[in-house]
Amino acid sequence: MEFFVQQLVAGLTSGSIYACVALGLVMIYVSTDHINFAQGEMAMFATYIAWAMINAGLPYWVAFGATILIAFAGGLFIQRVILKPLEAAPVLSLVVCFIALLSIFNALAGMIWSYTIKQFPTPFPARDLFGSGLVSVQQIGVVGVTLLMLGLLTVFFHYTTLGLAMRAAAQNAASARMMGIRVSWMLALGWGLAAAIGAVAGMLVAPIVFLDPNMMTGILVYGFAGALVGGIGSPFGAVIGGFIVGVLENLVGSYIIGNELKLTFALVIVVGVLLVKPAGLFGRVVVRRV
Amino acid sequence: MAAVTNSWVNKRGPGGIAIAFWILLALLPFGERFVAEGSFDYYMFMGQAMLINAIAILGLNLLIGFNGQISLGHSAFFAVGAYTAAILMNFAGWPYWATLPVAAVVCFVAGFLFGFPALKLEGHYLALATFTLAIAVPQLLKYKPIGKWTGGVGGLLLDKPDAPGWSGLGQDQFLYYVCLLIAILAFWAVRNVLRGRGGSAMMAIRDHVMAAGTMGIDTARYKTVTFGLSAAITGVAGALSAITVAFVAPDSFTLQLAVSFLVGLVVGGIASLPGCLIGGAFIVLIQNSSQSISDWMKATFSISYDVPAWAIYGVLLIALMYFMPRGIMGGVEAVTQRIVNRRGT
Repeated sequence: MEFFVQQLVAGLTSGSIYACVALGLVMIYVSTDHINFAQGEMAMFATYIAWAMINAGLPYWVAFGATILIAFAGGLFIQRVILKPLEAAPVLSLVVCFIALLSIFNALAGMIWSYTIKQFPTPFPARDLFGSGLVSVQQIGVVGVTLLMLGLLTVFFHYTTLGLAMRAAAQNAASARMMGIRVSWMLALGWGLAAAIGAVAGMLVAPIVFLDPNMMTGILVYGFAGALVGGIGSPFGAVIGGFIVGVLENLVGSYIIGNELKLTFALVIVVGVLLVKPAGLFGRVVVRRV
Repeated sequence: MAAVTNSWVNKRGPGGIAIAFWILLALLPFGERFVAEGSFDYYMFMGQAMLINAIAILGLNLLIGFNGQISLGHSAFFAVGAYTAAILMNFAGWPYWATLPVAAVVCFVAGFLFGFPALKLEGHYLALATFTLAIAVPQLLKYKPIGKWTGGVGGLLLDKPDAPGWSGLGQDQFLYYVCLLIAILAFWAVRNVLRGRGGSAMMAIRDHVMAAGTMGIDTARYKTVTFGLSAAITGVAGALSAITVAFVAPDSFTLQLAVSFLVGLVVGGIASLPGCLIGGAFIVLIQNSSQSISDWMKATFSISYDVPAWAIYGVLLIALMYFMPRGIMGGVEAVTQRIVNRRGT
């Protein structure tokens, strides 16, 4: 039983990171219908920036905040400069472009910071909660930061003018434009937010998996799985999906298939969801007019 | 993917330029005397790699360029082909040539089966599913219970086949001819498929699925079979690579391999057969000269870091998407088209 609880908590911890990645993907998907294959590498790159700042002597939380801002600006920049000219391009061009971004970020990180594995500091003390042996402070911290961020985002999207404008632009670009919303800039903001959320995920996961240029590859796949399980059009669903995938991954990994096939399990989830219920748990079924 | 024209597909005749080009490629192994002593085998080895990549890209192009299904997971089928050849040669003692048809069949079945879920997926979703496939495969190949057959993390070491005595060829010369022969067969087969009813159906599906279905094309069957054919061709390339490199290991079949096929496809030209050869040659050249490119960039732009090949690929891909979204052959076609049009009016 104790083992089960430990696995469950570990699952919720990784689930909260998958939830962040999934949320970043959904953020871009709802506004542009694109699946950002570079989401993981963008997060990894941001984490390296945080690492460089902490190494230069900045306190953890200052570096944390600064990295989020830098990631936001970076996401905005990518959308404005690289993707805007391709707004009307066919799907293949966009997929190629995302893959290109993935390669560039991965190569840049390796080039600047080398491929050796680095330790990333954690702000949470390394002890168990109440000495129970079940839950560590680190795990509570990761889940807590995620939930705090989700709360802030919910407030932003429901109670601020800018958040409402972004949702309007995502839902119906033409009407939003008539209401005076600058739709194209809303897309860019979506990219910025996605990059910032990704940066948070990267910084939370780096102490657990260690920092190296390929650290996000597997996590991105789980993020995909989470987004699909929850419904790739629904931010709320993506978060729930992320948690579900995290818990499933840990339980299935420790009880049924072992750690060696975890990525294959993600593949099974992705293909399975796409086949059985492409809209996911909370997504809308899209009907297209021909 | 509208606006892809395939004027050459409808052109009749045997294709004189293509035949001349293949003959030229067949004459290359006789260039030994023009090359510095000792480096010739290496050039032959590069030639093999170029042809193998060209075949793999041909398979991918059949799927993406002519059928409109995006795959980021063709490294998986390449791996299946390579491992099929390696296991048959290593454990069953098969001769190298006999493994090629088996690799083709195994990969056809694998691709055909993956084609079924792909039926329900379009565009980004299919890219997503195949992306996941590409990432899962290396881990799957390292799986312990099948390690007896796959060699686990360390992979399998094979015997490189020797040239038969009567031919008087060196080992690498001979393997170059093997690759060339398979490449010619593959390109010839794809060309014939594309010129027939099946090819028209594939392209109709690419241009407008629903319209194609309305005209009585069994879109599901064509899409799955195309997926199978594409995987089979790429799988044969994988088998050839196992034979010529004489080694397979899980970490050679990562997402990066799939991306390099995509790079070759996009550089050479989407929906272009000669483009596959250009793409195959291109990625081998970049991989081999990445160090000198990096040195040159360091010197010219005074960068203090090594510039990895992947950064170059990435920048190049984005640049191509802006200026030449249909690759080199697409650009060539557009230019010739413009000249022809000017003459016509």
